[in-house]
Amino acid sequence: MPEIYGWAGKILHINLTDRSSDIINPAPDLYLSFIGGKGLAGYYLRPFCRGKWDSPEMPLLFFTGPLVNTQSPTSGRFCVMSISPLTGTVGDSSAGGRFGTELKKAGWDGIIITGKSSSFCGISIFNDKVVFSDAENLRGATLSTTFSSIRGKGSTGAIGPAAENGVLFSNISFDGHSFAGRNGLGIVMAVKGLKYIHVEGTGKTSVYDSERLLSAREDIFRLVSASPVLKGELGISEYGTGALFDLMHSRRMMPTENFRHTQFSHAEEMNAWHYKHRYDSKKTGCSGCHILCKKKSKDGEPMPEFETMSHFSALINNNDIGRVMEASHICNETGMDTISAASTIACYMEIKGIDSDTLDLPGILNDISLSRGEGELLRYGSLKYASLMNNSGISMSVKGLELPAYDPRGAYGMALAYATSTRGGCHLRAYPVSHEILRKPVATDRFSFSGKARIIKLAEDMNAVIDSLTACKFIFFAATLEEYSSALNAVTGMDFTGQDLLKTGERIFYNEKIMNYLNGFRAEHDDLPERFFKSEGSSGGGINIPPLDRNEFLETRKKYYIVRRLSPDGAPLIEKCEELGLKWIN
Amino acid sequence: MDKLTLKYSEKLTKSGLCHPGEPLFGNYDEDVLIDVSRPESEVLDTVIRGININSILFSDTAEPYRSIINYLAYHAMQSNGFIKPDDTETRTFLHDIPVADRFHAGDIIRALKKRKGVIIPGRGIVTYGIVSPEQAFIFFSSICFSCYVKFMTDYYYHRKGVIEMVGDVDAISRLAVSAYGKSLDAISSAPACKATFSSEDDVIEAITETGRLTVETGMVDSFFGNISMRFRNKIFISQTGSSLDELSGCIDPCPMDNTTTNAITSSSEFSAHKKVYELTKRNSILHGHPKYSVIMSMLCDKTDCENRGQCHIDCSETRMVEDIPIIPGEVGTGPKGISRTLPPAMYGRGAIVYGHGLFTSGREDFTDAFMNLINIEKMCYNKYLEAMKY
Repeated sequence: MPEIYGWAGKILHINLTDRSSDIINPAPDLYLSFIGGKGLAGYYLRPFCRGKWDSPEMPLLFFTGPLVNTQSPTSGRFCVMSISPLTGTVGDSSAGGRFGTELKKAGWDGIIITGKSSSFCGISIFNDKVVFSDAENLRGATLSTTFSSIRGKGSTGAIGPAAENGVLFSNISFDGHSFAGRNGLGIVMAVKGLKYIHVEGTGKTSVYDSERLLSAREDIFRLVSASPVLKGELGISEYGTGALFDLMHSRRMMPTENFRHTQFSHAEEMNAWHYKHRYDSKKTGCSGCHILCKKKSKDGEPMPEFETMSHFSALINNNDIGRVMEASHICNETGMDTISAASTIACYMEIKGIDSDTLDLPGILNDISLSRGEGELLRYGSLKYASLMNNSGISMSVKGLELPAYDPRGAYGMALAYATSTRGGCHLRAYPVSHEILRKPVATDRFSFSGKARIIKLAEDMNAVIDSLTACKFIFFAATLEEYSSALNAVTGMDFTGQDLLKTGERIFYNEKIMNYLNGFRAEHDDLPERFFKSEGSSGGGINIPPLDRNEFLETRKKYYIVRRLSPDGAPLIEKCEELGLKWIN
Repeated sequence: MDKLTLKYSEKLTKSGLCHPGEPLFGNYDEDVLIDVSRPESEVLDTVIRGININSILFSDTAEPYRSIINYLAYHAMQSNGFIKPDDTETRTFLHDIPVADRFHAGDIIRALKKRKGVIIPGRGIVTYGIVSPEQAFIFFSSICFSCYVKFMTDYYYHRKGVIEMVGDVDAISRLAVSAYGKSLDAISSAPACKATFSSEDDVIEAITETGRLTVETGMVDSFFGNISMRFRNKIFISQTGSSLDELSGCIDPCPMDNTTTNAITSSSEFSAHKKVYELTKRNSILHGHPKYSVIMSMLCDKTDCENRGQCHIDCSETRMVEDIPIIPGEVGTGPKGISRTLPPAMYGRGAIVYGHGLFTSGREDFTDAFMNLINIEKMCYNKYLEAMKY
């Protein structure tokens, strides 16, 4: 194989059934077609996508991108992917921390884990050496106990008791500070009998033109410095993603009491400023990032992100910051996705008529993680729980994935993006909050569907590229693929343009649409809970939050299918597959 | 989309960048919407379908932009195929401006795959948006501004014998200064909203009015610039990317003590404004990009300076235009950011940031800040004329 730059050129396949490993050397064209991260993971998932998520053959994939372990800004991320136990869709998560960088330093573009271990085990990777260890002694251990038991300088991904006890929204924690969340990837790891995976590497990633990379990096840094959201004195570098909290409150789109309202009366007492000063939080962040949006308390505890702050307060009508911190801590220790955990509890509260004062929040979270008491059913997530209670309309989810902390009645692009996302109710596939609220790259009318079909499609393609590079979406509040293609070209020696990358992003996203289609997802699933079309939000202060217009929503979704080149029922088209070089469905 | 198209077409003509009827927008949602009666529509239709964008803009420019842009573009074609102005907008957002030698879909697509706009000499400029036609408008306007500033700074150095410009550059520069002089002479506006203000609504009204006047007088192009007022314990500041002539609903109230983070949507210069208020007794700040203030900031006769090329971040000289300091600084809060370099320089009528724009301040309302902006720009214009000995 000729010398390649950026990519490692090899993928590690581990079979847990017989505890063997082998090396895959992808053809160079595969890197050009799928880049890395989410793109390559999706390529390797596709042949198995119709299998059951808990079958031995179902792969659990960890993939980095070509920019990882280089000086390209915010490129220490990686993607974890499988089929989601929670939703049945493609289940992927972009995670930060150091794991991606260590994986690349160890000389791998990705790891594919198949099979099932006959006993609970751990995997340790030291460059090209793979070691299997018995982990029975860690069965049921919390994440902090697990991490403290693993030696070495590298990075570790592990599951907590929630995954072991069948929580469908359990996550994988990386070093206790970064999480592959949302889709229940933790339980995929649990059924494979894998408690942890540790990676440590010492290698360098070859860069084609270091000087050109520094120039591209300077261009990106300049844009980041000009961004009030990123580096402003009130931006996420200073206050974490919690900096969004006040904005959602002032725009009257903070999901409150299970999305029955859109304004929380205690919001001003629970904003990022209060967290920062009460817990004396400090900056921390992912490998290779200068924004440092993550925060930790003076005791080293990870501070809650925006979604956690909002959903463990407004969504369940809790006005006690201490309870939010405690809930966040329990989720981090047991390995549960905070958005789904809070939303499932909000759904439970509404169905059972429980108010916040009488809710034992730590108790119910622990019950879920241990699958006991009410937690035995709540561990399935809000949709399955509400369905079992014959009240599925109370689940505020799309395709079974609980919605994050942006009420779609306050941002119509967000409404469409929730519906079309390939992993269910996710804000990150298109992140229209960027232009509907944060005014980047320019402001759009948040109360209009006009033009949103193509805007969402293009943003989905762009974010698919970002998750494949693997960079951070936040930096794209400032930079664009124009600057990142320069960084990619400097690293790889290729000649990508921003537009070439968008086309690649389209291929990556369409591949996910195909996988979902093969698993039975149709237009009827690209929809929002009825509440958003029937009930108004909390209007006031000159801001009107009416229910979404059902006809306008459907009309825009129809346009989206045209733009995305799907059938009116949301099915992929053979000619589009051919155009993108994707295999047709058979 | 149609409303936006109309709005930005009007802005292009009202600001003197284009002649009425010339801007041609194409918008693409589920299908392309473009005026098919225009002969350029077929090429633009191919372009908009050929790359992943949602809007496109093509127009020829009005004078003096037309002569300036064509001059720079023809000369770029004879060298590396792109124009590289040194102003802040180019450095930060455009990087460089490619030139295509014909109005052909393939050539335009090739250029737009890499950059935000392309110049076709003798025909006009093509720009695009990926979210909104506003982006196409902004890039178009930025290209005009950057080329104007580049030409007039290049011309200065040509007259000084530092560089050589061939062709009838004297005539083009005379055309530019003459047109601009007339527009400066025509300015008679001043803010009507006077101190003292008794409510937040009064402040917002004053900001909105002054923002509109700043655009009307040509002191800022497209969406650039920002404006704020300190009132009681809050700073009321224009939002990031807002147009100064459309500030209604785009002003953030930000507590001086940072107890809320609403300012994440405020101007990227929020921190610079805040520090000026903390250091001085001023209560209003206005920031525009008047052309000759920017041009004068980029003219330095110390051509053998070891920091040449780094003037925007590392100027070793104390530079002034009369009483107005010229300072280095990049947009925002970086280590060389305006938030660090500007506040100490705001002791007088105002300060010019190299290659970027002019900041002025006032004590009670916007009268001082606005008049300072106009008067400093007039002074810079006259200084340029003096230097060129027209």
